[in-house]
Amino acid sequence: MAASFLLEVVTPNRLVLSQEVEEITAPGVEGEFGVLPGHTPFFSNLKVGEVMYRPEKEQKYMAVTWGFVEVLPDRVTILADAAELEQEIDVERAQRAKDRAEERLKHLSPEDREFYSAMGALERAINRLTIASRRK
Amino acid sequence: MLGLKALRRRIASIKSTQQITRAMKMVAAARLRRAQDRIIEARPYADKMREVLQSLSLRTDPEAHPMLARRETRKVELMVITTDRGLCGSFNQNVFRRVERFFRENRQLYEEISLTLVGRKGLDYFRRREFPIIRDYVNRFRELDYQAAATIGGDLVEDYTGEAVDAVFLVYNEFRSPLIQRVMVKELLPIEPLEVEPDYYPVEYIYEPSADAILSELLPKYVEGQIYRALLESVAGEHGARMTAMDAATENAQEMIEKLTLMYNKARQSAITKEMMEIVAGAEALR
Repeated sequence: MAASFLLEVVTPNRLVLSQEVEEITAPGVEGEFGVLPGHTPFFSNLKVGEVMYRPEKEQKYMAVTWGFVEVLPDRVTILADAAELEQEIDVERAQRAKDRAEERLKHLSPEDREFYSAMGALERAINRLTIASRRK
Repeated sequence: MLGLKALRRRIASIKSTQQITRAMKMVAAARLRRAQDRIIEARPYADKMREVLQSLSLRTDPEAHPMLARRETRKVELMVITTDRGLCGSFNQNVFRRVERFFRENRQLYEEISLTLVGRKGLDYFRRREFPIIRDYVNRFRELDYQAAATIGGDLVEDYTGEAVDAVFLVYNEFRSPLIQRVMVKELLPIEPLEVEPDYYPVEYIYEPSADAILSELLPKYVEGQIYRALLESVAGEHGARMTAMDAATENAQEMIEKLTLMYNKARQSAITKEMMEIVAGAEALR
């Protein structure tokens, strides 16, 4: 069996990544899952979270924001609303987004319609910051 | 016949207009290139989306999903994409004419036809003529991103699933080449069933949470993707149309400058000749 498979990450704006990898983990709606070469065909929704991928020895990370993943034995395709490699994340922007979302949440309660969009924004910002903090 | 001074002023004014049209043409050309790149960049996502929908539609009951099911069409919504800025030839007029034709041809067919407008030009035009407008999005193109398409898509899907309308059509300029745009009318909702190629062999996936749940998340994204594509095409078309229009304007200005310069030289020469004749005549008379 092949020791690697092709990982492709596409968003509406661009092809983010297309690379041979040996392993990935991804944030499925029903829990984090890992994929190794030769995985059985699998299709899942993704939530906001981090995708770990390992081209060789070193583990790399990227932030994904909602989307879908299609797993085939020799290929994994992630269709995401937004995705950034760890080195691409704009920490300042994420920090600002986090502050803004926290500010909004102070004045909102779960009954407000905006509450969930602010929660979502906060979640995305925290996700980006967490992943960015992994880089040295 | 204009006086010398007036002619000179005319020429100077046309020259400065020409400078502007030439600059606009160059800007449009640069923006066009960027817009074309974006269409290409958006392609992998769209292709993949189609592929996934195709395999999903094989293993779910499409009629069960409201966005796929057809119902009796009484109320129709047109989403019309125009530009925010002018000076792009007949780009917007072509869309206006197509929309008016749609109204003429389908007035008997549907009880109600209403408009969702993208772009200031469309809003100005249809508001003045008192067309039924549901909503508008103006100034979306300076920073056109996927988010804009997602917002519009969300609103349209809400109209449709809330049964405020029974069908949604897109009217926009399709980008054929930098010189050619064609007005398209495309059905957006309900989503037409995807044709499955006969030799298409579906993969047996394990779906998580379930095929139906994934389908209902995927369909709105698919609609957003279609809108995004139409917006990108329209923006690319707009820059193409502006480039062509400004190129023609620059050429026309050049022609006018040449004509006026000739006129100016002739007038100047005849003035000099006249003056010389007078001097000669005066000298003759003194003798």
